[in-house]
Amino acid sequence: MQSDIRRLSLILLFAPFALWIFLLIVLPHIGMIALSLREKVAPRVYEFGFGNYIDFIQEPIYWNTLLRTGSMSILVTFLALLIGFPIAYYIAKIAGQRSKGALFLLCLIPLWVSDLIRAFGWILLLRETGVASTFLQWTGAIDQPIEFLYNDITVVVGLVYTVILFMIVPLVSTLDGMDDAMVEAGYNLGGSGFTVLRRIIIPYAMPGIVSGCIVVFMLTAGSYLTPILLGGKNSSWFTEQIYDQFITRFNWESGAAFGFLLLAFTSLVVWLGLRLTGQTLANTVAKS
Amino acid sequence: MTSTDTPDLECTNLCKEFGKVRAVDNVSFEIPKGSFFSILGPSGCGKTTLMRMIAGFEDPTSGNIDIKGKSVLNTPPNKRNVKMVFQHLALFPMMNVYENIAYGLRCIGMDKAQIDQKVRDVLDRIALPDVGNREIHQLSGGQKQRIAIARCMVLDPDVLLLDEPLGALDLKLREAMKIELKLLQHQFNTTFIYITHDQSEALVMSDHVAIMNEGRFEQIGKPEELYHAPRTAFVAGFVGDSNRWSGKVTGLQDGVAKVTTDAGLTMLCQKQDGRDVREGQSVTIYVRPEFITASRSKGQDTQTSDLNAIHGKVDSVLFNGANSRVLVRGPSGELIEADVVVTGSTDDLHAGDEVRLNWSDQQTMCFAT
Ligand SMILES: Nc1ncnc2c1ncn2[C@@H]1O[C@H](COP(=O)(O)OP(=O)(O)O)[C@@H](O)[C@H]1O
Ligand SMILES: [Mg+2]
Repeated sequence: MQSDIRRLSLILLFAPFALWIFLLIVLPHIGMIALSLREKVAPRVYEFGFGNYIDFIQEPIYWNTLLRTGSMSILVTFLALLIGFPIAYYIAKIAGQRSKGALFLLCLIPLWVSDLIRAFGWILLLRETGVASTFLQWTGAIDQPIEFLYNDITVVVGLVYTVILFMIVPLVSTLDGMDDAMVEAGYNLGGSGFTVLRRIIIPYAMPGIVSGCIVVFMLTAGSYLTPILLGGKNSSWFTEQIYDQFITRFNWESGAAFGFLLLAFTSLVVWLGLRLTGQTLANTVAKS
Repeated sequence: MTSTDTPDLECTNLCKEFGKVRAVDNVSFEIPKGSFFSILGPSGCGKTTLMRMIAGFEDPTSGNIDIKGKSVLNTPPNKRNVKMVFQHLALFPMMNVYENIAYGLRCIGMDKAQIDQKVRDVLDRIALPDVGNREIHQLSGGQKQRIAIARCMVLDPDVLLLDEPLGALDLKLREAMKIELKLLQHQFNTTFIYITHDQSEALVMSDHVAIMNEGRFEQIGKPEELYHAPRTAFVAGFVGDSNRWSGKVTGLQDGVAKVTTDAGLTMLCQKQDGRDVREGQSVTIYVRPEFITASRSKGQDTQTSDLNAIHGKVDSVLFNGANSRVLVRGPSGELIEADVVVTGSTDDLHAGDEVRLNWSDQQTMCFAT
């Protein structure tokens, strides 16, 4: 009786979750794979085949864009880690108990505003007639308006800004669990600041680093708004190609193939990253 | 030539203030080479702060710290040859036992073969030769303890600091580790500074003990000195058990003070050196339970001049083998503890018995309040 109730409540609790996973993640992907494996032979006539993938391989623009998206995403992830780690360390270990909460909240504030508005914020700042350009003219550092938008640096900066939060949150939570005595022990036994960082703090924070990097990399590679708005037409982001296939060209089969390729490619990068750093999902992400 | 008599550690007039709180207040002491020195005091009296200053994690507000005769005030923590066993040990969970011990050796840039040799040696010395490849979470509490000590000792420190290292262990293990720590100290022949709030740990293990209270050292001495000749009321009350009365000095004769307690009892108390007791002064009297003999009253009273005596009624008998005690309800209703021998025969005291308590004036410790 008791166990029946418990089982029922378990089913009721898990039902929405399972439904969500199935309807919004598993089903669309099955559909997408099925869609991507159809070749159009004549109007409204389809055949099973790998034509869409062969198209991708034969057209350098496509896979160049994918590689470019991948490498820029890695760069963004790396920068987010580089900038996010000291911030997270400060919040978790150096800030006092009271300011900790406030700082953490401050980090969350950008989430209140939608992606779109934040991107427009950057546009306002960086366009030719924007705040930065006008200010530099006013100070006399430049004598002609400068366009800061529509280049790779701006895209990278914008992306780092949007995703860094997802690096800071897991890092703060892992670093928070680290006993201060461990760092002190590191010094006490003769370690320099660098040794303590390399041999104690970073290994300890590894679960947070790995999960932060995975989340940030996936978010960046799959982002659409920021690269398009800040990079303009020549941002060459892979999601743009997918959008193009689906919406502009109405070629759903090819779009589905691209979507699946993006998933496969990013998964491969994550897997490689884990292999290269000698981590496994089980002993990092599961622990953070 | 100085190396033989310079103390391993010497602190002079050490003070540390956190805002308005004076955590350590004018502490001076020196610790001779190779001894086991304990700092005993209640929680919050500044023990950890003192130790952290020695290790270099806090800067003293004033005062000086010398290690092997050299001031270390401007030496950063990673350059001081003082190693510390932390309260929760702070072993590195991401490294195995071998790496934990090798960490410090790698920091000084020792070569691989030598590290291997040293780690193996120290594991042998702590009698855990085969645990090198274990992860930290696979060790028992006592083993972790020993690894934490080995991790420090492999570096040959001038002084090893231990901050309540047994606090996290259960009672049985704690008793065993007490003896083991003492043996380890002998074996390594290094100066240990051991911090604790547990008097039995300090008394059992140490060559010298400092009693700390509210940031100050009340007394430094051998365990038996602190126990039998406490210099302040705090030490008398903190070290060991004692019965306590407060009263006033009503007479002084031949170095024996006559004290009338608040409840009207009179007690004699032999004046000890260095303790200034004047007539009319308020005092507190401490008497240890083992110096009080309890015997059934048999009508007549045989009070000798140097014997204090009180009549009372046994409230309860606390049986604890060789450490059994009786609680006696005194004339003014207070409970007095006295050690007794419980043999199991009919002669034993029982609750409700009328008893007479006697103790000598030499065992009566009296402090001005
Ligand atoms: N970092 C600090 N900032 C402010 N006060 C502190 C700090 N560390 C310790 N104290 C204060 O100093 C006193 C002594 O603390 P501590 O040395 O930890 O005592 P113990 O180790 O004997 O229990 C306490 O009153 C404590 O509140
Ligand atoms: Mg403490």
